[in-house]
Amino acid sequence: MSVYGLCIILSLALFLIGAVGVCVRRNAIVVFMCIELMLNAVNIAFVAFSRLHGGLDGQVAVFFVMVIAAAESAVGLAIILSVFRSFISVETSDVSELKW
Amino acid sequence: MVMGNVENLLLLLVSLPLFGAAVSYALGLRARVLSGPLATLTVAVCFGIAIYLTTELMVGSSIQREAIVASFGSWLSVGNVTLSFDLYFDALSAVMCLVITGIGALIHLYSIQYMASDEGVARYFGFLNLFVFSMLLLVLGKNLPVVFIGWEGVGLCSYLLIGFWYKKTEFVLAGQKAFVMNRLGDLGFIIAMAALFTTTGTLDIVELTSPESLARIGEGVALLAGLALFFAATGKSAQFPLFTWLPDAMAGPTPVSALIHAATMVTAGIYLTGRMHPVLELSPQVLSVITWTGVITAFVAATVALVQNDIKKVLAYSTVSQLGFMFIAVGCGCYSVALFHVVTHAFFKACLFLSAGSVIYGCHHEQDMRRMGGLRKSMPITAATYAVACLAIAGIAPFAGYFSKHAIIDSLAHNSNVYLAPFQGGLQIVVTLIAVMTAGYMARSFFMTFMGSYRGEATPHEVPVIMWGPVVVLAILSCIGGWLLHDTLFSFLDAVVRTPLFILQHQSLTSYVTGSLPGVLGIVLAYSLLVRVVSLTEKFQSWGWMVQKLWERKYYLDELYDVVVVNPLRITGRFLAVGVSQGLVEGFGRGVAFFVQALGELARRTTTGLVGGYALYMLLAIAVLIGILV
Repeated sequence: MSVYGLCIILSLALFLIGAVGVCVRRNAIVVFMCIELMLNAVNIAFVAFSRLHGGLDGQVAVFFVMVIAAAESAVGLAIILSVFRSFISVETSDVSELKW
Repeated sequence: MVMGNVENLLLLLVSLPLFGAAVSYALGLRARVLSGPLATLTVAVCFGIAIYLTTELMVGSSIQREAIVASFGSWLSVGNVTLSFDLYFDALSAVMCLVITGIGALIHLYSIQYMASDEGVARYFGFLNLFVFSMLLLVLGKNLPVVFIGWEGVGLCSYLLIGFWYKKTEFVLAGQKAFVMNRLGDLGFIIAMAALFTTTGTLDIVELTSPESLARIGEGVALLAGLALFFAATGKSAQFPLFTWLPDAMAGPTPVSALIHAATMVTAGIYLTGRMHPVLELSPQVLSVITWTGVITAFVAATVALVQNDIKKVLAYSTVSQLGFMFIAVGCGCYSVALFHVVTHAFFKACLFLSAGSVIYGCHHEQDMRRMGGLRKSMPITAATYAVACLAIAGIAPFAGYFSKHAIIDSLAHNSNVYLAPFQGGLQIVVTLIAVMTAGYMARSFFMTFMGSYRGEATPHEVPVIMWGPVVVLAILSCIGGWLLHDTLFSFLDAVVRTPLFILQHQSLTSYVTGSLPGVLGIVLAYSLLVRVVSLTEKFQSWGWMVQKLWERKYYLDELYDVVVVNPLRITGRFLAVGVSQGLVEGFGRGVAFFVQALGELARRTTTGLVGGYALYMLLAIAVLIGILV
C-alpha cells in the first residue's frame, strides 16, 4: 500500500474517532476537541490528495480550513465559557432547556 | 295607475301607525310621557281616515264604488310574474279597518294610564303601533304575499307583547309558545299560496277569486288549499287543536289581551277565510271541517272556562269559544254573519278585557277571582260595564251579542252542506248548550268578582276617567252595537259576501224572548250554583271529580302536545345534538386532533436534548444524502 493509502486510512480513522466522540461524549470541551480532530482529519485527506494529483488546490484549502478552525475555536470556546457561567457545568446533557 | 286623494289617504292609513311606532321606538326612554298620546293620536287619525274611506265606498245605503285600490309600487318581479305592493279597500276590509282603528284607539287611550308607571312604556306603544300597522296591512293587502307580511307582523307583535315583561321566564315562554304555534299555522298559509299559485298562476286575491281562476282549480287542489288556509286560520285564531297558546298569551299586559288576543289579531283567521271564501266553497268537505272544528273548539273552551279562577283566563277561553262560533258560521257559508260576530265580539270582549284590566289595576295586580268579590261597591262603573258586556256575550236581547250569536245558530240550522246535514239536530243542541255555558261562565266570573264580599287584602279603588272612559264607550257599543249594525252591516257587505235571506228576517218580539232563553238559563244556573259558594269548583267535588280535573287540565291537551309533538322533537333534537353533532361531527374533529397529537408524541421522542444525539442524526442524514447523490 502506498503512502497515500496510509494517509487516507489515517484520515478516515481520525474522522471516525472524532465523529464518534462528538456523538457519545458529554463534556462540551471534549466534543469541541473531537470536532477539531475531524477538521484535521479532513486536512490530512486534502494534503494527501493534493500530493497525489500534483496540484496546490488541496493545500490552499487546508489553509482556509485552519483559518476557519481558529475562528470557530474562538467562538466555540466563548460559547462554552458563557454556558459554564450560567449552568456551572460544561456537560451537554445539563444544557437541555429547549427540548420540547 | 293615476292616484287621487283617496288612494293617497289609503296609503297614509297604513303608513301612519308605522311612523308612530318608529317615533316611539326611536325616542325610547326620552318619550315616556309623549309616546302614549302620540300613539293614540296616530291610531285615532287612522280611524278618521277609515271612516272617510268607508263613506267614499258608499253614499247612504247604496254602494258607490266597489273598492279603492292604491299601490306602494312594484315589489318584485320574477319571470312573467310581477308582485306589486298593492292595497285593496273594499267593504270587508273597511269593516275590519274600522274595528282595528276604532277599538285600537280606545285601547291605546286606556293604555296611557294602565302603563303609565311602567318603565318600558315607549317600547310598549311602539309595539302596539307596529301591531296596528301589521294588522291594517293584513286586512288591506291585495295579494297574498302582502297579506302574509301583515300575518307575520301581527304574530311578531303578539310575541313581543306577550313577553313584554321579559324578566319573568314564564311570560317569555308563553310568548314563544304563541309564536311557535302560529308558525305551525303559517305553514298552512304557505302551502295554500303554493297550491293556488301553481294552478292559477296568480297570487292576487281579486284575480284568484275570479270565476276564470276558480275554474282552473281542480278538486284535489281545492281540498288541499282550503284545508291549508283553514289550518293557517286555526293557528292565528286559536282553534282546536292549536288553541292552547291563547290562554297562555294572557301573560301580556291586559290592554294587549284586549286588542290583540280578543278584538283584532285572533279574528285574522276569520278575515282570511272570508276573503278567500270562493276557494273554500269549491270543496264542501273543507266547509264541514271548518264547522266541526268550530263546534269542537267552542265546546272544549267553554267547558274549560267554567272552572278557571284567573279572571283573564276565563276571558281567554271565552274568546277561543267565541272564535269557534265564528268558524261555525264560516263553515256554513255565512261569512257576513261571522264578520258580524267579529264586530260585536270586538265590542264586548274588548269591554270585558278592559274592565278586567281595571279590576286588576284597582286591586293592585290581583288576577285571582277567589281573592276578589264585592267590587261593585268600590268600582261601580267597572262593575256596570262588565255586567253590560256579560249580558252581551251571553246573547240576551237586545244586547249586541244576541244578534250575532243567533244569526250563527240560524246559519247552522239552514245550512245544506251534505257533510253536515245528517248531524244538524245534534250540532244545534250542542251549540245551544255552549250558549248556556257561555252565559254560565261569564255570570260566574261576574258574581265572583263583583258580588258577595271582598276576600282580598288590598284596598280596591275605582280607576281614573281616562281608563273608564274608553270602557264606557265600548259598553255602550256592546249595548246597542248589534241592533244598530244588524242590517247596515249586511247590506254594506253585500258587494263582497252575500248574506242569506233567512238571517235578515227574524226581528219579532217572540224571537227575542226565545233567543235569549239559553243566556238567561246560564245566568240562573250560575247564580243558583254560586249563591253561597266561592267557586263552582267546590260544587263539582262531590259528583264530578274526574270531569273537573279534565276541564282544569284543559282536556290534557298540553300534555298531549308534549307526547305527540314536543317530546319527539326534543328526542330528535337530543339525538342530533348528542349523536350527530357531538358524536359524528365533533368526533371527526377530535379524531383528527388525536391523530396529530399521537404523531407529535412520536416525534417528541426524538428531541432528547442531548447534543450527541442530534449530531448522530446529522451524521446519518449526511450519510444518507451522500449515498443518494453519489
